Amino acid sequence: MNILLVDDEEKFVSRLAERLIIRGFEADWATTCDEAIVKAEKKKFDIAVLDVKMPRMSGIDLKKKLEKISPEMKFIFVTGHGSEEDYNVGSKEASFYIIKPFRIEMLVEKVKQTLNV
Amino acid sequence: MAEFKDFITWFKPKFWHTDIITSSDSKVLFNYKRFWLLSTFLRVSISVVPLIIFLIINLGFSRTALRNENYLRTVRLTSNARRTIAYFFEERLDALKFIIRENEFQRLNEPDKLSSILQHLKMGFGGFVDVGIIDNSGMQVNYAGPFDLAGRNYRDQDWFRKCFETGVYISDVFLGYRKLPHLIAAVKGPTRDGSDYILRATLDISRITQIVSSMDLSEKSEAFLCNQKGLLQTPSRYYGDVFKKISLPIPKYSPHSEVIETTDRENNSVFIGYAYIEKSPFILMLVKRNQELMKGWYSLRKEMIWLFVGCTMVALIAALSMSTFMVNKIYLADQNRLRAMDRLESTSRLASIGRLAAGIAHEINNPLAVINENAGLIKDLFALKKEYSDDPQLMELIDAVLESVERAGDITKELLGFARTFEPKIQPLQLNKVINEVVSFYRKEALYRNININIDIPEDIPVIHSDLGNLQQIFLNLINNAFQALDSGGRLDISVTRQGERYVVTSISDNGCGIPEAEQKKIFEPFYSTKGPTGGTGLGLYISFGLVQKLKGDISVKSKTGEGTTFTVRLPVTLEGVAPK
Repeated sequence: MNILLVDDEEKFVSRLAERLIIRGFEADWATTCDEAIVKAEKKKFDIAVLDVKMPRMSGIDLKKKLEKISPEMKFIFVTGHGSEEDYNVGSKEASFYIIKPFRIEMLVEKVKQTLNV
Repeated sequence: MAEFKDFITWFKPKFWHTDIITSSDSKVLFNYKRFWLLSTFLRVSISVVPLIIFLIINLGFSRTALRNENYLRTVRLTSNARRTIAYFFEERLDALKFIIRENEFQRLNEPDKLSSILQHLKMGFGGFVDVGIIDNSGMQVNYAGPFDLAGRNYRDQDWFRKCFETGVYISDVFLGYRKLPHLIAAVKGPTRDGSDYILRATLDISRITQIVSSMDLSEKSEAFLCNQKGLLQTPSRYYGDVFKKISLPIPKYSPHSEVIETTDRENNSVFIGYAYIEKSPFILMLVKRNQELMKGWYSLRKEMIWLFVGCTMVALIAALSMSTFMVNKIYLADQNRLRAMDRLESTSRLASIGRLAAGIAHEINNPLAVINENAGLIKDLFALKKEYSDDPQLMELIDAVLESVERAGDITKELLGFARTFEPKIQPLQLNKVINEVVSFYRKEALYRNININIDIPEDIPVIHSDLGNLQQIFLNLINNAFQALDSGGRLDISVTRQGERYVVTSISDNGCGIPEAEQKKIFEPFYSTKGPTGGTGLGLYISFGLVQKLKGDISVKSKTGEGTTFTVRLPVTLEGVAPK
């Protein structure tokens, strides 16, 4: 299972990728949307875990771009923000909407659920 | 006594005591007590002042009218009596004059003649006791009457001299030789040789007394004669017997009947009608006690005052009830407005706290996530290396970090939970079922701690349209709080009642420790907790408040330290503007 993690906080996203790898996933990460798009174009990801609020481009917009590149791709949103707007959009647009911080086991479970593994 | 208390309470406005509590509050708009007093004062004044003016004018007029009437009546009465008395003397003097004209001195000196004249006088006029002829030396030369007075000399007596001077004389009443009060009427006549003699007659004062007392007078009034020195000439009931000096001032001479007003020795206000009797030393005095005269007026005054008191009472009651009614209405309206403002203020305060909390929460969430992942990675890496994974201290340290992050995360999530307005999932719900489900979580604890749970939900409570999750959360928080406030053996009452057609009210009461009054305003604020460091996060009521608001209801608390707490949740039967899904 290939997971793409996108979050503007490198110290968060890189460690998360590493932990997923330890748990047997294939994971890659990006801190900007552009970087994420480049990575998605190069390689096929089964699922993307996106931060909702990022500088320059929101997770929602990034999702739309990534869908164009890879229509099969599934999405999970994570956010430290819990605004009504975020929640309403996030829960409509993605399979799951997870608020930071979370246990890695929960993310793994949601990923598995999304991919029907 | 109880009725009287009720009666007083009815007049006592609702705000009478409450202002003591609220006066420190800058939100009190009026000094209701002053407002009420002013209103009552004005109303009473408007009704009572004209009444007082009317009373004073009326009493003044009636008093003047009565005085005038009394004055006139007294003058008339005095005048009539004066005429009668004057006539009495005139008639007798005329009789004596007639005798002198008809009989020569020589003839009158005959004893039989004089006796016959006395007889005629007694029969014709009455009041004559005796008659006598006195020559110019003062010697009584002839006498007819019951006493032995012939040969007496009157030369030294005052009346004798005066009669020679004026020709006609009526004396004061005096005690003569007989020690009986009498008066003398004397007329001077000529003898044939040119010298004068006097025909003297003694008159019975009882006839005059009779005339005076026959005047139509009331009980406390009387009439008498006195001389110009103020000595009584006829007996008086109040001022003494004949010859006593009266305690009244001697009125000054007037040819007509007059009335004066004065006070007697006993300080009684008296009304005196008087008249100087012509050709005599007498003054007729008619004394009426003012109290007696004004009796009618006094009773009128009494009636008027009672009427005034009655009217004033009615006006007072009307003014009191009107003021109380009016100021109460204003007070209650103000109170409602203040309560609404209070609610609005606390709602908006809580909303801003909510926004602030949410802002802080998501600023914290990101660094928490960084800590979480980094610590998590450390743990993962330690788990891979045997030397680390076997070190319990290291694993314990890293778990402590992760647990703390999780705890902090839970708090921020709870805070965010309030800030977020999840679209409620509206469905028909039976409160009975919802509450029983929530209570079932606590049954075991209740059994263990011997807490008595009473649920009173009548059958007619309608199905409400609301969000199940939110309701469960609300009731869970409230029941949880109640359980924490209760000691073993405590009691928890849950009841649901209808409020009109549109609302149902759920009350959750415990008889636990209660919340101090000062704290009650703060309990819905976040992080407010009385449970101490081991207790909750202080977010339970804060979240419940937000959830109840979201469900278009309201929540309130009533509590007394040591007696218990009641939370009341009012929920609409249907959520307007939110269609059931």
